[in-house]
Amino acid sequence: MRNWIEIGNLSDIPLRGARCLETPAGRIAVFRTAADEVYAIEDRCPHKGGPLSQGIVHGTGVTCPLHNWVMSLETGEALGADEGAVRTFDLKRDGDRIFIDAAATAVAAAE
Amino acid sequence: MSERKKLVVIGNGMAGCRAVEELLARAPDIYDITIFGAEPEVNYNRIMLSPVLAGETTFDEIIINGRDWYDENGIALRAGEEVIAIDPAGRQVLTDKGERTGYDRLLIATGSMPFIIPVPGAALDGVIAFRDIADVRRMTAAAGKGGRAVVIGGGLLGLEAANGLRTNGMDVTVIHLTDTLMERQLDEAAGFLLRRELESRGIEVLTGASTEEILGENVVEGVKLKDGRVVPAGLVVMAAGIRPNISLAQKAGLECNRGILVDDFMQTSDPCIMAVGECVEHRGQVYGLVAPIWDMCRAAADTLAAVDSDGYGGSVTSTKLKVTGVDVFSAGDFAPGDDRDDIVYRDAARGIYKRIVIFDDRIIGAVLYGDTQDGNWYFQLLKDAEDISESRETLIFGPAFAGGATADPNAAVAALADTGEICGCNGICKGEIVGAIHEKGLTSLAEVRAHTKASASCGSCTGLVEQLLSLTLGDTYNPAAVEQVCGCTELGHDDVRRLIKAKELKTIPEVMQELEWKTPDGCAKCRPALNYYLVCDWPEEYADDYQSRFINERVHANIQKDGTYSIVPRMWGGMTSSTELRAIADVVDKFDIPAVKVTGGQRIDMLGIRKEDLPAVWADLGKAGFVSGHAYAKGLRTVKTCVGTDWCRFGTQDSTGLGVRIEKFMWGSWTPAKVKMAVSGCPRNCAEATCKDVGIICVDSGFEIHFAGAAGLEIQGTEKLGLVATEEDALEHVVALVQMYREQARYLERIYKWAKRVGYNEIRRQIMEDGERRRAYFDRFVFSQKFAQVDPWSERVSGKDKHEFRPMADIGFPRAAE
Ligand code: SRM
Ligand SMILES: Cc1cc2nc3c(=O)[nH]c(=O)nc-3n(C[C@H](O)[C@H](O)[C@H](O)COP(=O)(O)OP(=O)(O)OC[C@H]3O[C@@H](n4cnc5c(N)ncnc54)[C@H](O)[C@@H]3O)c2cc1C
Ligand code: SF4
Ligand code: FES
Repeated sequence: MRNWIEIGNLSDIPLRGARCLETPAGRIAVFRTAADEVYAIEDRCPHKGGPLSQGIVHGTGVTCPLHNWVMSLETGEALGADEGAVRTFDLKRDGDRIFIDAAATAVAAAE
Repeated sequence: MSERKKLVVIGNGMAGCRAVEELLARAPDIYDITIFGAEPEVNYNRIMLSPVLAGETTFDEIIINGRDWYDENGIALRAGEEVIAIDPAGRQVLTDKGERTGYDRLLIATGSMPFIIPVPGAALDGVIAFRDIADVRRMTAAAGKGGRAVVIGGGLLGLEAANGLRTNGMDVTVIHLTDTLMERQLDEAAGFLLRRELESRGIEVLTGASTEEILGENVVEGVKLKDGRVVPAGLVVMAAGIRPNISLAQKAGLECNRGILVDDFMQTSDPCIMAVGECVEHRGQVYGLVAPIWDMCRAAADTLAAVDSDGYGGSVTSTKLKVTGVDVFSAGDFAPGDDRDDIVYRDAARGIYKRIVIFDDRIIGAVLYGDTQDGNWYFQLLKDAEDISESRETLIFGPAFAGGATADPNAAVAALADTGEICGCNGICKGEIVGAIHEKGLTSLAEVRAHTKASASCGSCTGLVEQLLSLTLGDTYNPAAVEQVCGCTELGHDDVRRLIKAKELKTIPEVMQELEWKTPDGCAKCRPALNYYLVCDWPEEYADDYQSRFINERVHANIQKDGTYSIVPRMWGGMTSSTELRAIADVVDKFDIPAVKVTGGQRIDMLGIRKEDLPAVWADLGKAGFVSGHAYAKGLRTVKTCVGTDWCRFGTQDSTGLGVRIEKFMWGSWTPAKVKMAVSGCPRNCAEATCKDVGIICVDSGFEIHFAGAAGLEIQGTEKLGLVATEEDALEHVVALVQMYREQARYLERIYKWAKRVGYNEIRRQIMEDGERRRAYFDRFVFSQKFAQVDPWSERVSGKDKHEFRPMADIGFPRAAE
């Protein structure tokens, strides 16, 4: 069975925006899209480590604030001509409440 | 040298001036030219009055020939002076000012008069026609009061008026006599689609409706129909047709029928008098569109310049409706008949209807609704009376299919003959445009507009011109690079800006919906641009969308490569004090800020601050009086100064004081790209004012204003705007210039690029010469500052956007207290 940790409410994240989770393994960015879907990915651009949580969110992607790579929130992969990927983490929603898969952070922690 | 002959032109409109242009191109020196115009204006593009009314363009932009054209060509313009009689025997004209002017040749170009239907109340205050700029001004003034307008007549003119009034916020009812709108150009099916579209825009359409009376005491109050219905209205626009303006000619004894009779060389029954335009009747036809007029003017110029020619042979016309977002095209004859064949194509889902009428294997009429791309191609086949029996099966799918070729977006234009017309407004054909592209090495739409006028008026042929560019230049033409905002839209920045104003779009989702964005919520390129345009255009109403701003503008600090931030507080005009320096030193110690640097902008940068610390850093700086320096903003950055008269032995004016004053006046405003300024106290120019976006050099006689310099990716000295006498003047001119830039430039376009594009002289004209306009820009800037001049740092110290500076949660850490 998966172990879900509650991380906050949907309304904590601005629409088309992101918030961060601090974990021992590093920062995770939690995004909320225009359609109110939520995604969690590693907050480190595969290009030069830019904080993806600070980018502009559009569709189900985010544009890195440092050099404009566009990352898919769904797959964690770079879109367009660029190549690279970030880890994605499973989220669960119960109404307004958002949970993250504890295993994900545990694995991260173990790394 | 033989003496010049005297040419007098009556009518300063489309035909009169075009004929003179054509004449000057053939023989610039044989006539002394005088043009009389009843309107107190220079020559403007009448057909563009509709977009002016709809707020999509301005009167200045539709001027065809300004004062300088008349001056440069030695033409005496008598604007605001009406000719009231012609004396053919004495060869002179008499004006309403009592002046007499003699002529050797007279050209009548008096156009048409709106037809005012003779019902009771037609003379009431508030009943107006739609013919000239004065009418448009009356309509916009009336629209300002709101309420309902009735437009009598559902033809081209009436519908463009209705749409314009609607975009001005009025409720609008169109009263139309027959059952089909624009029945002379459209069949029932297209008329129905058009009606449905207009109704969806909130325009009420009453067809089969006949006006009995216009109600009201002195001022119009409503319209009563023959069937008894009453429509209340504060404004009635008569658009029930036009009549050639022939009264002068009639009184002078010239032969007239519906119009002034002319032969193929535009000669009237008097050998010294010619006529062109809507006032003439040629081979039994009178015209109400510009395309035939261009042909008449060429013929008239040939005659005046004594150039051999075949004269004018009459025209077949086509019509387009200039209502943004509604594509209607019609040409020729489409009345049903047993001897004719119809080919019809319908796509209900996309609202497309096309009908081609064929007689004797030739196209004699075409009506297109919804997709008018192939209109010119059909029109050319029609004019050439081309035998289409071969391609009949696929004709309705347009030239892309004709001859079995695969769909090529440029096929329609490729198939056009060189004489095929591209720009109906200015009468420019394909050959001319292709020729100009080759000869002058044109590579962009803007250049084609500037050199040929094609697509410079109503813009409905823009697509065709772009296709011609890509056809002529092949892969080297890249419209995307020049024009589109980003991959989310076909539109360029200028169109987006224009439509935001015209359609009063006030949120990003609204823009994306109305302008048919291809992505659900844009991308990192278009969203910041749209956000800026909306902030600029609706300062009071628009709620800034921070999620559409680049991170630096969202958190009011500069992101660094390691994810920390740098901040630069304002030091007004580069001045600081021991208190300020001490506060900075304290903050650096308290927050362990790793780097402090004096910038190239005369202030101090603190680098490497953790995001979480920003609000606390700002709180401390705020206590010492610091506000954000917007070192991250597409907005006002720095105003560099030198020590000026305060200290310097050469200083001529208080350059430091003026710099501080400008910075305090303008800080906080958002601009298309960053704006940097400088004020130097004398021409030695220690503040480097001549490479800034805007720079001022103080001199003994006042303040020399410079603009459009660059010293970053490109290097370029400034252009001089002009000299002004006082600090007040300097401030007003600088602010107006920046506001003009704010309203016109494309997002991320620095002043020097924008200025090169719109022309330095145009900017000088608007800012230096036109005081009224300058003050209007100034006032709009001041208004927008009411909403912009809020220190973003202190806002965030008070808790705005808290979420930005704190993690959502800490997880997986061992809890210390546990
Ligand atoms: C701090 C400073 C360098 C310094 O240590 O002196 C600086 C730092 C940066 N400049 Fe600059 N510029 C600085 C003065 C200049 C100047 C000189 C001036 O302002 O007198 C120029 C040439 C004039 C000009 O603006 O063109 C200059 C031309 C640029 C350009 C090229 C702009 C252009 O259109 O040509 C960029 C890139 C851009 O804006 O896209 C740029 C971009 C940057 C950025 C914002 C790069 C970035 O996007 O992260 C740097 C931010 C560093 C940071 O985090 O603080 N910086 N930069 C100067 C800050 C001035 C201030 O007080 O606000
Ligand atoms: C709102 C609007 C939209 C239009 N849209 C289109 C369109 O999309 N496509 C198209 O092809 N056509 C369109 N037209 C029609 C087009 O504008 C006319 O065909 C064209 O302007 C006719 O040119 P003209 O020179 O004959 O007359 P005008 O342009 O009307 O010029 C006549 C001038 O003569 C002056 N004048 C008259 N009598 C005297 C006198 N006695 N002394 C001194 N001056 C005098 C008048 O004041 C006027 O300025 C539109 C017209 C209007 C009003
Ligand atoms: S020149 Fe400007 S943009 Fe380039 S590294 Fe230096 S500060 Fe950064
Ligand atoms: S670090 Fe993300 S694009 Fe360079």
